[in-house]
Amino acid sequence: MSRETITLEVTRYAAGQDREPRLESFTVPYQEDWVVLDALNYIKDQVDGSLSFRWSCRMGVCGSCGMMVNGVPRLTCAAFLRDHRPGPIRVEPLANFPVIRDLVISMDDFMDKLRRVKPWIIRDAERPVAEGEYRQSPAQLDAFKQFSMCINCVLCYAACPVYGIEPLFLGPAATALAHRYNMDSRDEGYRFRAPVIADSVGVWECTFIGECSVVCPKGVDPAAAIQRSKLASATDWARSVLMPWGGRGGDR
Amino acid sequence: MAAPTPPRPGLYYPKLPATWWLKRPGYVRFMLREITSVFIAIFLVVLLVQIRRAGQGPEAWAALLGTLASPGWIVFHVVALAFAIYHSITWFQATGVVQVVRLGERTLPAALVVGGAFAGWIVASAVILAFFVARG
Repeated sequence: MSRETITLEVTRYAAGQDREPRLESFTVPYQEDWVVLDALNYIKDQVDGSLSFRWSCRMGVCGSCGMMVNGVPRLTCAAFLRDHRPGPIRVEPLANFPVIRDLVISMDDFMDKLRRVKPWIIRDAERPVAEGEYRQSPAQLDAFKQFSMCINCVLCYAACPVYGIEPLFLGPAATALAHRYNMDSRDEGYRFRAPVIADSVGVWECTFIGECSVVCPKGVDPAAAIQRSKLASATDWARSVLMPWGGRGGDR
Repeated sequence: MAAPTPPRPGLYYPKLPATWWLKRPGYVRFMLREITSVFIAIFLVVLLVQIRRAGQGPEAWAALLGTLASPGWIVFHVVALAFAIYHSITWFQATGVVQVVRLGERTLPAALVVGGAFAGWIVASAVILAFFVARG
């Protein structure tokens, strides 16, 4: 009995050798329970050890194995071969990012943006430990919880044509994480994040195409975070015009 | 504020093709929504011309009505109406994403916010329609 196979068309690119990425076809055994990442690991193990790609946890938590699968940004550990039968399956590096090698993209730009929004809890003054923990009600937790599910896989950036056209755009995940901390009742750092968010290449660059939220593998809604941040930034502006003597930026 | 990350030698920097908006149904829907503005802008120019002609007297008004009765203008208005409705529907759907309504500790479900927006739209349209029907 001949075993079923499936073909993967995989992007290859090596600096110094290739002027631009090219596709290489690999035929691998088809397995009902295999995901694209399994097929890539089979290729690296059995066919061509020089194929480069990132992966770690294989369970949709680490966010390293994002690639374009048939043109759609996916975590390859969650993209089953059986959903793309009979193939071929095109596997490319995440769109809109510089390619380092084969399927490996450079995340430098995203890491930069992430740092700029200060995605951590900022307090004016830390409370002494003796005073106990910072308490939160279920409703206060609900206000930010979905945004805290982001795993920095940057699929949302690969789905965002605005980021493709304007690389300065702060983008979906960084805004979602800024919003996550702005909405946290323990946080007092809104005023530090607001200038980055309200910048012309901050949330105002977004045209609300909304595909960032469609491709998110963790159910985060970055498009909502961006639109709500626009509302907050517009409110801040109106407040600064109407009440120039008043303090800017509330607790959002 | 933001500074571009300087390009690194050896990396391949992809360019977004001009046909990017054909790649996903969501992109096409976005472009359709953007294009609605062109039709609505033309409709508004026609409306301004209508007001001007109405002010110029019955003959000018009748002449304009004659022009607008041509098949081309009727087709345009049907298309503009379809786009205006599409734009309105997507706009009201967006309210559920953008506007978080809190009542004390509770957050209103997005469906209720969207439903409220649609209900407001329908009531406003009905009131305007009733006004014109009542005036004959």
